[in-house]
Amino acid sequence: MSTQPLAISTIETPWTLPSKGRVGMFSLIVAELAIFTIFVVAYIFYLGKSISGPTPRQVLHLPLFNTICLLSSSLTIHLAVGALRGGKNAAFRFFWFLTFALGVVFLVGTGREWYHLIYEDGLTISTNLFGTTYYSLVGLHAFHVIVGLVGLGVVMAFALAGKVKQEHIYRVDVLSLYWHFVDVVWVVVFTVVYIIGR
Amino acid sequence: MRFLAFNNSNLRRAAQVFIAGLTPLIDAFAQSAGPFSRSTSIFSPVSTPADSIFGLSLFVLAVTAVIFVVVASLLLYSSVKFRKKADDDGREPPQIYGSNQLELAWTVIPVLIVVVLFLSAARIIHGVQDAAQPPDAIRVTVVGHQFWWEYRYPQYGFVTANELHVPVSDPKYPTPTFLTLLSADTDHSFWVPRLAGKTDLIPNHSNSMWIDPHEAGVYLGQCAQYCGTQHAKMLLRVYVEPRVDFDRWVQAQQKQVSANDSLDAEAAEGLRVFESTACMNCHAVAGTGAKGRFGPDLTHLMSRDTIASGAVPNTPANLRLWVENPDAFKPGSLMPAMNLTKQQFDELTAYLLTLH
Amino acid sequence: MASDTIPISISIRLPQETRSTWLETLHEWVITVDHKRLGLMYIGYALLFLVIGGIEATVIRIQLAVPHAHFVSPQVFNRMFTMHGTTMIFFVAMPILFGFANYLVPLMIGARDMAFPRLNAWSFWMTAMGGVLLYYSFIGGDGLYGAGSAPDTGWWAYAPLTSTAFSKGHSTDYWTIAILVSGFGSIGTAINILATIICMRCRGMTLGKMPLLAWLNLVMSGMVLFAVSPLTAAQIMLMVDRYLGGHFFDTQAGGSATIWMHFFWIFGHPEVYILIIPAFAFVSEIVPVFSRKAIFGYPVMVAATVGIGFVSMSVWAHHMFTIGMPSYSNAFFVLTTMAVGVPTGIKIFNWLGTMWGGKIRYATPMMFCLGFLFQFLLAGLTGIMLGVAPFDWQLGNSYFVVAHFHYVIVGGILFALFAAFYYWYPKMTGRMLDETLGKWHFWLFLIGFHLTFDFMHIPGILGMPRRIYTYEPGRGWGIWNLIVSIGVLFQIAGVLFFVFNMIRSYFKGKVAGNDPWDAWTLEWATSSPPPAYNFLVAPEVRSRRPLWDLKHPEDPDWKYE
Repeated sequence: MSTQPLAISTIETPWTLPSKGRVGMFSLIVAELAIFTIFVVAYIFYLGKSISGPTPRQVLHLPLFNTICLLSSSLTIHLAVGALRGGKNAAFRFFWFLTFALGVVFLVGTGREWYHLIYEDGLTISTNLFGTTYYSLVGLHAFHVIVGLVGLGVVMAFALAGKVKQEHIYRVDVLSLYWHFVDVVWVVVFTVVYIIGR
Repeated sequence: MRFLAFNNSNLRRAAQVFIAGLTPLIDAFAQSAGPFSRSTSIFSPVSTPADSIFGLSLFVLAVTAVIFVVVASLLLYSSVKFRKKADDDGREPPQIYGSNQLELAWTVIPVLIVVVLFLSAARIIHGVQDAAQPPDAIRVTVVGHQFWWEYRYPQYGFVTANELHVPVSDPKYPTPTFLTLLSADTDHSFWVPRLAGKTDLIPNHSNSMWIDPHEAGVYLGQCAQYCGTQHAKMLLRVYVEPRVDFDRWVQAQQKQVSANDSLDAEAAEGLRVFESTACMNCHAVAGTGAKGRFGPDLTHLMSRDTIASGAVPNTPANLRLWVENPDAFKPGSLMPAMNLTKQQFDELTAYLLTLH
Repeated sequence: MASDTIPISISIRLPQETRSTWLETLHEWVITVDHKRLGLMYIGYALLFLVIGGIEATVIRIQLAVPHAHFVSPQVFNRMFTMHGTTMIFFVAMPILFGFANYLVPLMIGARDMAFPRLNAWSFWMTAMGGVLLYYSFIGGDGLYGAGSAPDTGWWAYAPLTSTAFSKGHSTDYWTIAILVSGFGSIGTAINILATIICMRCRGMTLGKMPLLAWLNLVMSGMVLFAVSPLTAAQIMLMVDRYLGGHFFDTQAGGSATIWMHFFWIFGHPEVYILIIPAFAFVSEIVPVFSRKAIFGYPVMVAATVGIGFVSMSVWAHHMFTIGMPSYSNAFFVLTTMAVGVPTGIKIFNWLGTMWGGKIRYATPMMFCLGFLFQFLLAGLTGIMLGVAPFDWQLGNSYFVVAHFHYVIVGGILFALFAAFYYWYPKMTGRMLDETLGKWHFWLFLIGFHLTFDFMHIPGILGMPRRIYTYEPGRGWGIWNLIVSIGVLFQIAGVLFFVFNMIRSYFKGKVAGNDPWDAWTLEWATSSPPPAYNFLVAPEVRSRRPLWDLKHPEDPDWKYE
């Protein structure tokens, strides 16, 4: 009795706990969502409070094409992950590359929108409350897109070198969670800035 | 405003006796302050908002005192009674893992206490914050600056600084003073404990508070929200006077400086110094060309007991030193050292001394 | 003892060819990803800053001991209280609690390390860098009106005092970036603790069977994710205002000073629960062992903690009762503030229930826990007083509040931390701390604590606001401030005994063995200090107190749980 080991293996019931990569990524997403929430609250709070300068209605136009690109990229990354899970490496590379490209298109589109706003509409981050909150919120999101693209890019580089295989599905899946989060945030930002805010 | 008085006077008296018996300190605080004492104790209220807070606080203190006595006694008892004894047999005591009835009891009772405290608080919150402003109330606009107080009396058309005058309010026919609180720069807070709880002055955010002191006297306080280097010396002085005296003070404040007022030679030179060096950029003297608003209005400077927002008494020596070297009293205040000659300081002081 | 015969781990000292040079040892520690070493580094780092923060407090108390003192200028004083608060919260309390969590959580759940060891190391170094950056401001920065160096806007950095108009130079930037950087470290550690507890418990340890310390750190970590982020967001906004010409808090452009307050306190209030919950965890582990009874009401303790976690996110504006919110808003926050007191009170009753009927042994850890219980009770009650908004209209921003929160942080959290030190130092070093020195530490510190913080309530009642570098004579504040300042001497003496005890016992302390306290959780099943891999064989448990089951096979816990 006194020599009974602590590890009492009675029946081999499976002892499965959630995967730490997914839990870690979900936790990160929760923290990031909290940051975005504060920026969204500031945006909504300051709607209509600018004492001068262009208003949202005057200068904002629905970025439909951009949005479709970004949201489709969620679909393509989902397909990519599914392909890799099924061992279809070529399909995986195709859809992963498409995701990356759609993300880049989104960023370029945002850049063009901002160029127009700054140089033609005269709206900068220091123009008025609208400018400050708009560029901060959309910029924070764009920053997260860039970070996501860096991650996607690294995987793409490895994939092009033929090094991404089915056994890496776990890590690729975790990364895709981040990309989905970026999309979900865009849905919120789009709704608040371009629909409610105008 | 009668609905505000903490109605259950029996309860109040019982609580007062209880608290007074338990903590002589509170009793001492409550009785140590007369009209001219420098006390700023929250337990010596002379105005309805402070009174109602005092009543509520006695109730809350009584409740928390009871909780403390009960729980602390149990803690003390168990820490002594259940010590391991010297003749202990070495066996572990019975392992009790919990008790649902106990958990229920000591959840329900605190919830009831919470509800009672919340309701008592809500009543006073509503009474103080939502009090209607009677048409004959005195209205003062208080503007907080780094590190002084501006008082504007829109009903009477004058501006003064640092010493607030209000009339005594008779509880039977109240004449409260309603203060609108604004800020010219950063956050401040108006706290004169014997008159009311504190309310903040926040830029771009107008606040309102009221007082109705029923005892004449000078009541002290100070800024209670950190506002920069000299936050500590942004002192408050509220002069509560009988109506007659208040009206007289108002009339005196309404008088402007007249070009016909004769000044002696030194003071006349001082006026020139005042106008030609940068003084008028910051300060105003009603009736002259000096209309600066960055610093305190000086029209009736000599009617005040103190300068530098209560930092030092208003004497000729202090006044001269203040103008010459503000850092001597209040290092970090925004009044610049004027770098004038000794003679110019003498003349300037002579001029300021004429501003009654 | 029964635990000697558990082949959980074997301390094998492998013969070494050559002793490591100090450079090699330093290198080992710098690149380590071992949760135990990182935990010790967090703790050591925090203790260093505890001394620095204590020096800042001492400067404050010397200046305030008498009215109109000239010990330091107002500029220096304002830097002192800003740095004292910032240091103590971000570079003492957070790191030391993360340090203990780092050390203990994997051991107590039977895991080999944290879920993400490299993230763990990264988080530590981010926090460390934040502290260094903050203190660099003493030599590198420029403050209010260019009159100083370190930050001096108070640790809440209210707008618009922090705008470039009122805070010229870089002192505010040091504050902002130092905390931003260490905030990333905090989020990293929180993610790690969460993932570790959810994904790496040993076989048989369901969530309902893990030690309360694990549960409470789980709740704390969840709260960090929700609470630190608003501060991060607000600080990014502040930087946008200061460097990109933004107007988030620019009242001249229609911006709002109060929105900074809301964002800060949405962080600030949960933050103080983030600090107290790990302290609760220590008490919840130590009191049962020294009362010789299982914790009373384990499920209720868990539920109460989760409840505190959620409700505490809704009370933040009780720090803003005086800013002129409408009466119904004030009333709402009174209600939520009162509500969070209920689960907190329940925990005190459960600790009491644990002691009740036990056989209490008053070793130093238990003495500090007893101090915690009394003091936390009082602190909670002054908190209830402050939660009654009209009372707060008088006492808010006064020395009553300062007394209240120091009662919680020093009388509560620091006492619980001292208990944790005396309890787990043997596990971490293999040596017992000296009991006599411990008792000197306890009594000196207790006297000093009460001299300072009991009497500090009185100036608040007498109308003394906080953050003032001096005060007027004749208001009756002088005598109380003097007593408060004298108490500091006793606290310093107590801490000196503590530091001496730790250093001396490392070399001369009694050898501890695996389980010097006859305790019941898994960390006591391995050697002291544990080997790098923690457990030779992954443990399997059947109850909340696996070692109790082993020591009492005739009466194991799993029959009753």
